[in-house]
Amino acid sequence: MLKDDNRKGMLEKVLKENDYQESALLEILHKAQEIYGYLDKNLLTYVANVLKLPPSHVFGVATFYSYFKLKAPGQHVVTGCLGTACYVKEVEDIMSAIENEFNVKRGGSTSDGKLSLFMTRCIGACAMAPNIIVDDEVIGKATKEVVLERIKLALEGGASA
Amino acid sequence: MKPADIQKIAEHEVDFQRAYKHRINVCTSSGCVPFGALKVLKAFEEAVKEFGVEKECKVARTGCVGTCSVGPAVIIEPGDYLYQSVTPEKVREIVRDHIVLGLPMKENLYSNEAFFTKQQRIVLKNAGKIDPHRVEDYIAMGGYSALVKCITRMTPQGVIEEVKDSGLRGRGGAGFPTGQKWSLVARAHGSPKYIVANLDEGDPGVFANRTLAEADPHSIIEGMVIAAYAVGAEKGYIYIRAEYPLAIQTLKLALEQARVLTLLGDNILETGLKFNIELRFGAGAFVAGEETAILASVEGRRANPRPRPPYPANSGLWGKPTLIQNVETLANIPNIVHYGGEWFAKYGTPRCTGTKCFSLTGKINNPGLIEVPMGITLREVVFDIGGGIPDGRKFKAVLVGGPSGGCLPETLLDLPIDYEALTRVGAIMGSGGIVVIDDQSCMVDTAKFFTDFCVEESCGRCNPCRAGLARVKEIFDGITKGEGKMEDITTLEKSSGYIKEASLCGLGQTAPNPVVTTLRYFREEYVEHVVEKKCRAGRCFKNLNSEANKQ
Repeated sequence: MLKDDNRKGMLEKVLKENDYQESALLEILHKAQEIYGYLDKNLLTYVANVLKLPPSHVFGVATFYSYFKLKAPGQHVVTGCLGTACYVKEVEDIMSAIENEFNVKRGGSTSDGKLSLFMTRCIGACAMAPNIIVDDEVIGKATKEVVLERIKLALEGGASA
Repeated sequence: MKPADIQKIAEHEVDFQRAYKHRINVCTSSGCVPFGALKVLKAFEEAVKEFGVEKECKVARTGCVGTCSVGPAVIIEPGDYLYQSVTPEKVREIVRDHIVLGLPMKENLYSNEAFFTKQQRIVLKNAGKIDPHRVEDYIAMGGYSALVKCITRMTPQGVIEEVKDSGLRGRGGAGFPTGQKWSLVARAHGSPKYIVANLDEGDPGVFANRTLAEADPHSIIEGMVIAAYAVGAEKGYIYIRAEYPLAIQTLKLALEQARVLTLLGDNILETGLKFNIELRFGAGAFVAGEETAILASVEGRRANPRPRPPYPANSGLWGKPTLIQNVETLANIPNIVHYGGEWFAKYGTPRCTGTKCFSLTGKINNPGLIEVPMGITLREVVFDIGGGIPDGRKFKAVLVGGPSGGCLPETLLDLPIDYEALTRVGAIMGSGGIVVIDDQSCMVDTAKFFTDFCVEESCGRCNPCRAGLARVKEIFDGITKGEGKMEDITTLEKSSGYIKEASLCGLGQTAPNPVVTTLRYFREEYVEHVVEKKCRAGRCFKNLNSEANKQ
């Protein structure tokens, strides 16, 4: 069962605004992820029940699209853009440097849950490649030094998430 | 609101804008915002007040100018002075010298004329000129007058004929004649009919559609309403990537404005025409750009493609006739209706009329967003508009058409850009990505990168794409680890052929293109990897014997 709190109220409002339409499932999951941060089993089951859809359908959709997160992300999130322009400009080297420096694997989080490292498909800022996103800040023409420094700052609480 | 009221809004807005002697356009698109464009905008608003010129100088936000690597970009009119890399600190000086003293600051201007002279802007004609958050700006530039012309003076069939005359072909990549598609949907039986505007731009390295939505959202909406009138559709969806928050926000606002002016709704401009648009968000699936997959996704399901026929024109959303068009195609429509199909056909080549937007990126001096006439050569794009390769490096290849496009060598640089010419050499038009790579990149590793992408993005529904691409990936992993054999090269060639022929949808049918073209044009690099275990760019065999590779 989903806990009765503000978040549930917000989710119910979203469901209602979308007229409980099956075709709005992606929009509903987007909003649910905004509200809860990620989509866990409880949440997906709840959405399935309310929309009167088989849970397998809702799970199927949530796992198909890479934008939906099924696990709780860390306190700080670093995302590397893996678009072609960033690839050509060697974003891979920066990603490896982050993995080594903070002992985190892409797609996962550090053991203390403070930092998650993700990859995203092209964010479309290709002229500024390579791009790394630290929390909500896009760092364009990124270099190893600047990115590592910025992550350290975030982890020390020097910058707002 | 009646059709004639659009003209009144335009006149009123033009008068309003004429009252200003100068207009300062600050690019606030996704390319410039991370570099402080909003701070620059605020600094200009404050500076014009400080110098007491706010009555003669309008400060506005605009969409992308195209010179994305030197943002934030600012254009001062009249005269189209383009300032590059503007910082909030610099703003005061610019206002003082340029506006107050009338002395443009030459040293801060964008000096690369060639970037613009070879371009032809039809779709992007308003980009960087109008405030995308104000519908009045769009109307003042002649916006929605094409819609008024359609619903007051043209029959739906007449509109379709005009589009046919223009020769316009689908800008999503496949190049299907747009007028013909409209005829099919108009003639199809079933009601209601739908329109889906594809803004799923899933190709990595491509941002032309996003930029269009951020710079001129109403051109997409107007194109959709005209299409709805022509084919008899009642409901439209714009399917947009969730990774594009600013484009989403801009479109939301534009849709709201269009509803208020009854340019959308149950009784458009009191003519009885009914058409509504809803946004639908993608969620990171490359295959969702495929036309049957996008339908599944709009319906709220997994974006699995299905076999055709039936074609979406007859059986699309919820089994009803559906017109699917890329947003760039739609944004061409108001221009075609306004100036006529014949006018449009003057641009480009006889078989490929008009222009195409490209995101020009990679190892190039002037990356950015460009719009060029069809038939321009790759050399002109890379060396004239793009300004060539930075740091004195050597050109190696140009990737045209995204992860399912082709890697073309220097010998093909004089190829004119059109659908057929690109297909002939193994590439595709795709949604308009041109990525330039220099001698620091390895072609084997590049083909591997695209294969990895397609393996991950394969929906898994049909075996050739799911299992075939996985096998190709295994071979690449082997070759780049130093375990390659000569027969691997033949296997790659054969498997690529099978995957192309046997896959269900466009993803699988084009996924091997980078492999095929790198094998065709850069075979010697594969042989080096296999026989000599050498990577001339030093990208492969990294964990094996890094000393040997450095030479």
